[in-house]
Amino acid sequence: MAVSLREYRARIRSVESTKKITRAMELIAASRIIKAQQRAQAAAPYARELTRAVSAVASYSNVDHPLTTEPEDAKRAAILIVTSDRGLAGAYSSSVLKEAERLTEKLRSEGKEVSVYVSGRKGVAYLNFRRRTITESWTGHSDQPTYDVAQEIGQALISSFIAGSDDTAAADGSPDSDRAGDRDRAGDRDEGVHEVHVVYTRFRSMLTQEPTAIRLLPLEVVEGTETPEAEDLLPLYEFEPSAAEVLDALLPRYVESRIYFALLQAAASELAARQRAMKSATDNATELIKKYTRIANQARQAGITQEISEIVGGVNALADANAGRD
Amino acid sequence: MSDAVLQVEVVSAERLVWSGEASMVRARTTEGELGILPNHAPLLSLLVQGFVDIRASDDESWVVAVDAGFVSVAANRVSILAGRALPSHEIELEKRRQDLERRRATGGDVDDAEEAAEQAWLEAQVRAVEHAS
Repeated sequence: MAVSLREYRARIRSVESTKKITRAMELIAASRIIKAQQRAQAAAPYARELTRAVSAVASYSNVDHPLTTEPEDAKRAAILIVTSDRGLAGAYSSSVLKEAERLTEKLRSEGKEVSVYVSGRKGVAYLNFRRRTITESWTGHSDQPTYDVAQEIGQALISSFIAGSDDTAAADGSPDSDRAGDRDRAGDRDEGVHEVHVVYTRFRSMLTQEPTAIRLLPLEVVEGTETPEAEDLLPLYEFEPSAAEVLDALLPRYVESRIYFALLQAAASELAARQRAMKSATDNATELIKKYTRIANQARQAGITQEISEIVGGVNALADANAGRD
Repeated sequence: MSDAVLQVEVVSAERLVWSGEASMVRARTTEGELGILPNHAPLLSLLVQGFVDIRASDDESWVVAVDAGFVSVAANRVSILAGRALPSHEIELEKRRQDLERRRATGGDVDDAEEAAEQAWLEAQVRAVEHAS
């Protein structure tokens, strides 16, 4: 009896220290969410101005740009999956990956080859475990993405897309040539992609984050995402050096800013998911401690009761023996 | 004419760097030096690495180092967008100078586009501070 009491006490102690850790992680996540949201807000003006500028060029010039041209028949698609670097965030990474799998299936059923780009260690581990080819991956920044990372990802995706739109012109008959082992992004890669999709988790609120898939490239420039106000009408711009060159410089920035937006949203979602997961872990730990304390108390009581009955029994036996002798 | 002012916003990818009213903005574009006064014609142009000089309405001068980006002018609204932008008072001059020298000494490979861009960005920061003082 005494042994199990000791066991229960040890278990209570271990749950208590786990609870301390999960509680700390919950608080850290909670404070980081605020920072992540601030970053998302700080990035908003850039995205807004960029969208204005892009729609200005798009609506006042008829320049065709490879990034906006719809390929005739798309055979290859790229997916960028934004996952987290660390676990302990509930179903965060797995629900993004599920969404990505769904998109992959859909693209495959349309007869497209899919190459995968991943951000975040969890996604890399998931795909490596399944022995799937990752075209390129970026790790180590999932809860605090910087614009540099977005830029890097953007450049990789754009160059792959440009390569793809170049070779549609000379559409060759061998779309199934192997692209396995295409791990490093070499400049001389002969195959590009015709579409780029991004799967990330959208931050709706602290309680809801939903995995979302968007098509990033070819770009659909939405002219005026917000309803234009009267004074917001776009004036006739002069373009220097020329509309085509301005568009050429603008569109990659636009793509990067979209990726940055996705990364920021994913970071906020990850932290919210982690906070929730850690909160329920802490709650569970509290429950467990309560339960074990009860059991331990019961065990202690049982021990005491037994000891008393043993003593009483012993005394009785002694008294009986003495009575018999007399 | 003199009552018109420019509403200026300097925005980097990560944050709003500076915003306010100004009487003049000077920037360097791919076409050369550009001065913007109130009632400038609508314009969209590409910036090269360098600095933007803003004469604020209260006659204070702000110098912001910018990485490659662009400037848009319309209806007295000036937006300067750059991947990276830093106001001169936030730049640590000595550090940037050392960085630049180290890069020139060791890297030195200006053929590499990335390295060249990084050096140009450092140079832009140094020049911005020098111009501000």
